[in-house]
Amino acid sequence: MNFDPRYSGRNFTSVGTRPIRPDGVDKVTGRARYGADFNMAGQLVGRVLRSPHAHALIKKIDTSKAEKLAGVKAVITAKDLPDLTNGDAAMYDILDNCMARTKALYDGHAVAAVAAVDARTARQALKLIEIDYEVLPHVTDVDEAMQHHAPLINDAIFTEGLEEKPVKPSNVTKRSQFGHGDVHQGFGHADFVVERSFKTEQTHQGYIEPHACVASVSSDGTADLWVCTQGHFVYRQHCAQLLGMEASKLRVTSSEIGGGFGGKTHVWAEPVALALSRKAGRPVKLVMTRDEVFRASGPTSATSIDIKIGASKDGIITAAEATLRYSAGPYAGSWAEIGAMTAFACYRLENVKTVGFEVLVNRPKTAAYRAPSAPMAAFAVESAIDELAKEVGIDPVEFRIKNAAQEGTKSSYGPVYGPIGIGPTLEAVKNHPHMKAPLKKNQGRGMACGFWFNFGGQTCVDLNIGMDGSVSLAVGTVDVGGSRASLSLVAAEELGIDYSQLKAIVADTSSLGYNDMTDGSRGTFSSSMATISAARNAIKTLRERAAQMWDIGVDDVVWEQGHAVAKGQKHGNLGKLSLKEIAAESGKTGGPIAGHSELVADGAGVSFATHICDIEVDPETGATRVIRYTVVQDAGKAVHPTYVEGQYQGGAAQGIGWALNEEYIYGKDGRLQNPGFLDYRIPVCSDLPMIDTQILEIPNPNHPYGVRGVGETSIVPPLAAIANAVSNAAGVRMTHIPMSAPRILAAIEAERQG
Amino acid sequence: MAGIAVSTVINGDAVEYLCQPDEPLLDVLRDRLGLTGAKEGCGTGDCGACSIILDDRLVCSCLVLGAEAEGRRIETVEGMAQGETLHPLQQKFLEHAALQCGICTPGFLIAAKDLLAKNPDPTEEEIRFGLAGNLCRCTGYDKIVRAVQDAAHVMKGA
Amino acid sequence: MRYIRPLSIEDAVGQLAKAVGPAAILAGGSDLLVRMKGGFVEPDLIVDIKSIAGLSEIRETADGFSIGAAVPCAVLGENKVLKQAWPGVVEAAKLIGSKQVQGRCTITGNLCNASPAADSVPALVAAGAKAVVVGPAGRRTIAVEAVPTAPGRTSLAKGEIIEAILLDKRPPRASDAYLRFIPRTEMDIAVVSAGVNLTLDEAGIIKAARVAIGAAAPTVLLVAEAAEALVGRKLDEAALERLAKICSGACRPIDDKRGTIEFRRKVAGVLARRAATTAYARAGGK
Repeated sequence: MNFDPRYSGRNFTSVGTRPIRPDGVDKVTGRARYGADFNMAGQLVGRVLRSPHAHALIKKIDTSKAEKLAGVKAVITAKDLPDLTNGDAAMYDILDNCMARTKALYDGHAVAAVAAVDARTARQALKLIEIDYEVLPHVTDVDEAMQHHAPLINDAIFTEGLEEKPVKPSNVTKRSQFGHGDVHQGFGHADFVVERSFKTEQTHQGYIEPHACVASVSSDGTADLWVCTQGHFVYRQHCAQLLGMEASKLRVTSSEIGGGFGGKTHVWAEPVALALSRKAGRPVKLVMTRDEVFRASGPTSATSIDIKIGASKDGIITAAEATLRYSAGPYAGSWAEIGAMTAFACYRLENVKTVGFEVLVNRPKTAAYRAPSAPMAAFAVESAIDELAKEVGIDPVEFRIKNAAQEGTKSSYGPVYGPIGIGPTLEAVKNHPHMKAPLKKNQGRGMACGFWFNFGGQTCVDLNIGMDGSVSLAVGTVDVGGSRASLSLVAAEELGIDYSQLKAIVADTSSLGYNDMTDGSRGTFSSSMATISAARNAIKTLRERAAQMWDIGVDDVVWEQGHAVAKGQKHGNLGKLSLKEIAAESGKTGGPIAGHSELVADGAGVSFATHICDIEVDPETGATRVIRYTVVQDAGKAVHPTYVEGQYQGGAAQGIGWALNEEYIYGKDGRLQNPGFLDYRIPVCSDLPMIDTQILEIPNPNHPYGVRGVGETSIVPPLAAIANAVSNAAGVRMTHIPMSAPRILAAIEAERQG
Repeated sequence: MAGIAVSTVINGDAVEYLCQPDEPLLDVLRDRLGLTGAKEGCGTGDCGACSIILDDRLVCSCLVLGAEAEGRRIETVEGMAQGETLHPLQQKFLEHAALQCGICTPGFLIAAKDLLAKNPDPTEEEIRFGLAGNLCRCTGYDKIVRAVQDAAHVMKGA
Repeated sequence: MRYIRPLSIEDAVGQLAKAVGPAAILAGGSDLLVRMKGGFVEPDLIVDIKSIAGLSEIRETADGFSIGAAVPCAVLGENKVLKQAWPGVVEAAKLIGSKQVQGRCTITGNLCNASPAADSVPALVAAGAKAVVVGPAGRRTIAVEAVPTAPGRTSLAKGEIIEAILLDKRPPRASDAYLRFIPRTEMDIAVVSAGVNLTLDEAGIIKAARVAIGAAAPTVLLVAEAAEALVGRKLDEAALERLAKICSGACRPIDDKRGTIEFRRKVAGVLARRAATTAYARAGGK
């Protein structure tokens, strides 16, 4: 089982081709089953009652009237989800977020739930639940929450990471710092310094499928959960822990998932559905409405960021500094820390310092959103870099090339880079025809770079060879965007068989070992590593069986292009045995043939992208139009290039929405004013141009095929690329995301009035 | 509340059902008739995932009452393929990888079918505005537009 | 809760008049069903008016056009004669919602929803459109601007239904235009909007004008002063400047999730100016 994950530089047959995905036909015929498409016999409808207040003490909950309503089978409150977290603060936060215990901490915080025979009865029951709230002062703005007079969200929080332990509680949960060198000295050597403050508003992943699950708890302590999730194994752990179940007795099946982008990595409704089912003794289906998704799932952080960068007159950055404040919702997270790590990751810096502050606010608990925390930091840094290049008098691409990190650079967050793609993406952008295309009046061009770590993690794959020679591949990373196709390609490549001989599925939690969730761009990276490993294990068995069939030593059998081949002169007359021929005999040669792999996929190669975009600004209204957009990104090795392009285009589109229109808007009352797709404006088809892509392949040395994760990096540069383009088009530096028309027009007017 | 008896035609088949007076057609299709191809992304007509064709008009089934379907003709994604043969739009969506998660796909296919029925040779701009009522969060629309262009090309040739 | 589908307007009026609890009229449903889904309304009675004879038709009359209350906006766009006569009204109606919504929504519903940001209403007001109201007391015809009285409120009495919207026959050299500002290219509610309706003489001098601004006050503004500034002159730069200034000044907007006071005020003028330019060109002005 000694698996060698090193890059081998082989030539590919299957990998790099573009076949139709195995789950495709079901998805174009309406047959694919998503979270809300599954039903169980006798199932009840679950509904959640949510706090209308941003911050309130729950003094009393009276559910008696709801319980008496005909058709109501269970009503639960926090009492039905007792604290079993045993001092695990992170789990306690999850529990409290699923069902408020003593305080409602944001508009939309769950406070009670019902299960009834139908939706109408469930809705009526919610109206009969009486709650006595004591409304508390609230704070929703990240900067305001840091003020010492701000309403305190959790009086047990004392800022971590300070030199002296604070004596008073605070909304700042953590201070984290990264960097090296001496920025003070570095700024002393600078001929030009740019210093600016930026703000970004909170956005939502905006997946089209609301959270949905069906839970069925039996009186014998076993349970089933059908759910749309990015990580059914993690959901199993969390649900089991919160409900006091043994993990192995809870089988979680991941449905097809209608988008997640990080937002389906946390349990919200699932423990509630299980608790309802347990109490009612019947299956319960719980589907969030769109309004609930916006108010009560996990959007990203709002931020406030200060940047200072200095450069010498020959265009070398002498020092870079950032202070980053990220909202976390009402529970501690690590979002500012990640922002502080990624901020300057693209550059080779002698003196760099980043400080992150994690801030509690009365908004929903922040969850991951595609390269979480990186786009906001990149917006601020890449905007300032553009301005600095202008001051120094160097073309912004050249300026970045001069300062780009390379192999051997000590990154701003610590590690030393191996072979990386920032330089090549910049060179590709420099030579791209897009950069030379003429611009019309009121149009501006911007470009920006982005970085993401990528993750690996725990992974498990089963590869079973049927007696007819067909191969089933069971993976445990949820397929969010075509990974069953790419993993089938990898298995086909390794086994030397045709893609059509394989069928990949996502196995449930009882059928496969633990897998981390599909996040951190790890799905294809880590599961392809495990697939290669499983395939190699299967090949070992195939060789053994062939040796047995030939009655020769296994060391004399090699695997070539899907066949066992006897090696050496003495076996010259033995011909070849195909996988199919070996499989057909498997019943007589030792039983079923399979390959398994359980591993921790280390060495996810870091990923870089550079984007270019052209924006037209209407100077009279502040309206923007995206004229042209180009993504250049390193994929390591693009397993299924069409789906890699899809990731590039999708991330860019999400970034465009974030940059121009998307934002959570809270009223003075602390309530979310735009919990719907009408006023939370994700891009529509007519908002966007075609999104051109260029895939670079700088092999990841830590993966047999050189694969790097590709899912997240593409959302990192757009905010900055668009801000730079808008600033160039409008002639005024935009520092507040989203750059809505009112903000752009106000900036233009302010500039006009001097 | 008494149920309302409705007779309608869905994908060419006569169908009868009982529904509540305030029950959206989407809920009837999904929960009563097992036609879960139409999805609820918002329930307020803002995402198009529940798109169907009602008497030759593209509509959001979340904004139609089940009771309104009496005597009318409904087309859903389940009726697009003919036996084993996919509709050219379905085939082109697969070939162009015009779906990632796929939740919006049934709505896009129905909207694109309606678009090409009314305008067999649309420009890119006409496709983009024609499909603006359907949200996709995965693809950035690029591959969807290309798939529709390609399908239009194939359908004209057929 | 009951759902009924009356076959005559008299029956519909009678059912609405005698309804005890809250009652709702259903034509396209693109507002009603959204409000029901959100739990904002729970009608005891839903009166579907689409089976009432004549309500789903656009009729050309001696005086102009009669657009039935149940005619979906998509059908307005498909009517070439109407589009030729009232391009501004049709383009406004065509801006409501998506293709999906277009197949359902009606201009009567848009009017009765009484949103200050309704797209078709500024165009209808600029067009001088009238609403035919049928109620227990009989039929009456009122100016469309008399229908909405405040956000979400209308002047219609219990039992009253708007049967049709009337648009005048067009004299020569007359046209209209509607423009709105939205953050995206589709699927949005107007942040601010402007409808302009012009009639010219043979020399291109503006003989008659109506200018309406949407989403800038609790109801659509008919800006008489803006019209006065245009009448009796060609649409030259000075006239446009004046028009923009008057329209910006007439706004009484609010700050909300869709825009700011300053933005609405400024852009109202810009849109009025642009809409006037289009209407003028459509009317044959040079």
